[in-house]
Amino acid sequence: MHQAELSAASAGAPGGGSTSGLPSHAGLSAAEKSQSRKVLRRRKLLTLAFVAPLIIFVLIAFVAPIGTMLYRSVYHPTVAQLIPETLVALAAWDETGEARPSDSVLNIFTVELQQLANDRDSGKLAEEINRSLPGSSSLIKSSARKIKNLDPEMLSRDGASKLLAMQAKWKNVEIWREMKLAGAVFTNDFYLTALDLMHNAQGEIVARDTQIYVKLYMKSLWIALLITVLTGIISYPLAYYLATAPARTANTLMVFVLLPFWTSLLVRTTSWIALLQTNGVINSFLQSINVISEPLELLYTQFSTVIAMTHILLPFMILPLYSVMKGIDPSYLRAALSLGAKPIPAFIRIYMPMTVPGLSAGALLVFIISIGYYITPALVGGTDGQMISNIIAFHMQSSNNWELAAALGSLLLGLILLLYWIYDRLVGVSNIKLG
Amino acid sequence: MQFPKYFTFWQKVGMHSLRLTAWAVLAFLMIPILVIVPLSFNAEPYFTFTAGMLSLDSDAYSLKWYAEILNDDKWMLAIKNSFIIGLCATAIATVLGTLAAIGLSNPVMPFQRLIMAMLLSPMIVPLIITAAGMYFFYTQLGLSGSYLGVIIAHAALGTPFVIITVNAALSGFDYSLMRASLGLGATPRYTFFNVIMPLIRPGVISGALFAFVTSFDEVVVILFLAGPEQRTIPRQMFSGLREQINPTILAVAVLLVVLSALMLLTIEYLRARAEKIRTGDI
Repeated sequence: MHQAELSAASAGAPGGGSTSGLPSHAGLSAAEKSQSRKVLRRRKLLTLAFVAPLIIFVLIAFVAPIGTMLYRSVYHPTVAQLIPETLVALAAWDETGEARPSDSVLNIFTVELQQLANDRDSGKLAEEINRSLPGSSSLIKSSARKIKNLDPEMLSRDGASKLLAMQAKWKNVEIWREMKLAGAVFTNDFYLTALDLMHNAQGEIVARDTQIYVKLYMKSLWIALLITVLTGIISYPLAYYLATAPARTANTLMVFVLLPFWTSLLVRTTSWIALLQTNGVINSFLQSINVISEPLELLYTQFSTVIAMTHILLPFMILPLYSVMKGIDPSYLRAALSLGAKPIPAFIRIYMPMTVPGLSAGALLVFIISIGYYITPALVGGTDGQMISNIIAFHMQSSNNWELAAALGSLLLGLILLLYWIYDRLVGVSNIKLG
Repeated sequence: MQFPKYFTFWQKVGMHSLRLTAWAVLAFLMIPILVIVPLSFNAEPYFTFTAGMLSLDSDAYSLKWYAEILNDDKWMLAIKNSFIIGLCATAIATVLGTLAAIGLSNPVMPFQRLIMAMLLSPMIVPLIITAAGMYFFYTQLGLSGSYLGVIIAHAALGTPFVIITVNAALSGFDYSLMRASLGLGATPRYTFFNVIMPLIRPGVISGALFAFVTSFDEVVVILFLAGPEQRTIPRQMFSGLREQINPTILAVAVLLVVLSALMLLTIEYLRARAEKIRTGDI
C-alpha cells in the first residue's frame, strides 16, 4: 500500500464499468435470442476463467487469513476444552443466584482439576480465569497442587468437601460464575476488553475502571488527524507551485517528490533516527550554533512519530492534489482578478473549492494509511508515540493474548473499511492510478 | 523570475513567497534522504557528522561500513532473501494480476465491482491486520517460517498494484484489434502474446516493479511469518534499529536509495512509453 502513487483523476466520476456493449435483443427471433444468450454466457465464462486464478489465490492467501482473525476474535475454546464435564454440570446451575453450585458439580470439577494437574494444564485454566477474576490464579493452582495426590475414586464421591476444606474461597459464587462464563466457546469478552468494557457480577456490560484501548484508539485517531492536517498544509503550496510552474520545471521538481516516495520506508525511518537522536544531526547542529546547551529529547516521542510519518506520507497528499490542480483551468482565477476581485479572496473563493476533490482524496488516503501504521511508531515512537497497531503487535508477540489482538484488529479493520467506503463514494476506487 | 508587467508589488511578493515555500517543502522531502549519504561514509560509528567530516578531513571518511555489509553473513543472507522472495512473489503477482486485469476490463464480467474490491483489498487493509491474520492461518497450514509462506503472502500484497497498472494500460486498449486477430484466424494464445501483450507491456512491467518494491520494502508480514532463515533486508534493518544501532544500516540505506532512484527512472521511462502507445506515437 505504501508504494501506491495515487492520483484521483476526477472525483465523483462514475465508478465501475458499463453494463455491456452487447447488441440489443429487439426484433430478434427466439432462436437468435437463445443463440445470443449462449454467446454471452460463453464470453462471461471466458472472462471468468481469466479472473478465477487470482480470485482463488487471494481467497486463500489473503481473505482466509483475515477471516481466521475475525473468527479468532470471538472463538475461544480453551476453557471449554479444559473442563468440559464441569461446564456441562454447571449449565443447570443458576449463576445469577447467591448459592454456589451443588456438591455433585464440585465433585466433577475436582476430578477434572486433578486430571489437569496430572497433565500440567492447571496453569492454563488458572491463567484463563485469572484474566476476568484477578486473584483466582493462585486459588486454582494451589488447589490443583493439593488435589494431585488424592484418590480419584474418592474425589468423584466426596471431592466437594475436600475442595472446600482446602480453600474456603471455593464457596464464593464469583469463581464459579467466571468459570461458567469463560467456558463459552464463543465469546464477546475480547471485544468488550478491546472497548474497555466488562461483564459485571450481574452479567451487565459496564465500563472498566482503567481506560486503555479506547484511549489508544482516540490517540491513534488524533495522531492520524494531525498528520493528515500537516500533510495538507505542507503539500498545498508545493502542489500549487508545481501545477502552475512550466512543464519542464514541474517535471524536474517532481523527481524530488517521487524519489522519497520510492525510497524504502525503513530507509526514511532510519534517516529520521539519525536526524533526531540525542547525539544526532539536529541536536549537534543546534548545539554547535549555540541555540541550545543540552540536547533536546526529540526521538522516542509523539513528536518524532508525527514528523517522521508526515514526511513519509507527504507524497500521498502531494500527488492527488497536484493532479487535480493540473486539471484546473487557470483562466477562472484570471477572470476573477480581471473582474476586480482581490487576489486572496479570489484564490480562496474561486480556486480552493475546485481543489477540494484532490484535497479530500489525499486526506482520506493519508488518514487511512496512518491510522494503521506500525513500523514507524514502533521504531521512533517511544512510549507515548505508540498507536493501535503497536498494541496489536504487542498482544500478538509479547503477551500472547491472540484473541484480544484479533478483536483489536477487527475493530481497526471495521474502522478502515468505513473510511475506505467513504473514499470510494467520494473519489471512486476505480480512479486509483499508479505511476 | 519573470512576472507580467501588470503584476503589483504584493503579487510579486506573493509569488516569491510561494516559490520559497515550495522549495522549503522540497527540502523537507529530500534532506532526510540526502543526509544519510555522507553519514554512511563516517569513519566513526556514530549517526552524526564528526568535526573531521565537517572540515572535510579525508581520514574522517571511510568505506568500512560498506565493507562490513559484504563481510556480514546476516546481511548477505538478507540481501539474497530479499531478492529471492521479491522475484518469486513478483512472478506470481504479475502473472495472476495481468490475467485478472484482462478479465476484469471486459464489460461482460459479472460482479465486476465486488470482485475488484476484493482483489484490491490487500492494498487497503493495514499490514498489521494482514500479518496477524496470516500468522493465524499460515501456521495452521504449516507455512509460517517457510519461504513458500512468505512468497505467497508477498504475492498477495503485490497483486493489487499489477491489477491497477494493467487496468490503466488496458483503458486505452482497442478491443477491435483482438477481435481482428481472432477473426483472421489467429489462436487465442497467439493473439494474447502477439497482439495484447506488446500493447500492455509497459503497464505489466510497471505493475511488476510495484509488486517487487512492495515485497522488497515489506517488513510487518516478515516480522510475523518469517523465521530467521527468511530474514530480508528491511527485517534486518528493523532489528538493527531496535537492538544495536550501527552505521552499516546507513550504508544499506544508501544502497537502497540508489536502487529506488533506478526504479524511479525505469517507471518514468515506462510511463512515457505507455503515453506514446496510448496516443499512437509508436
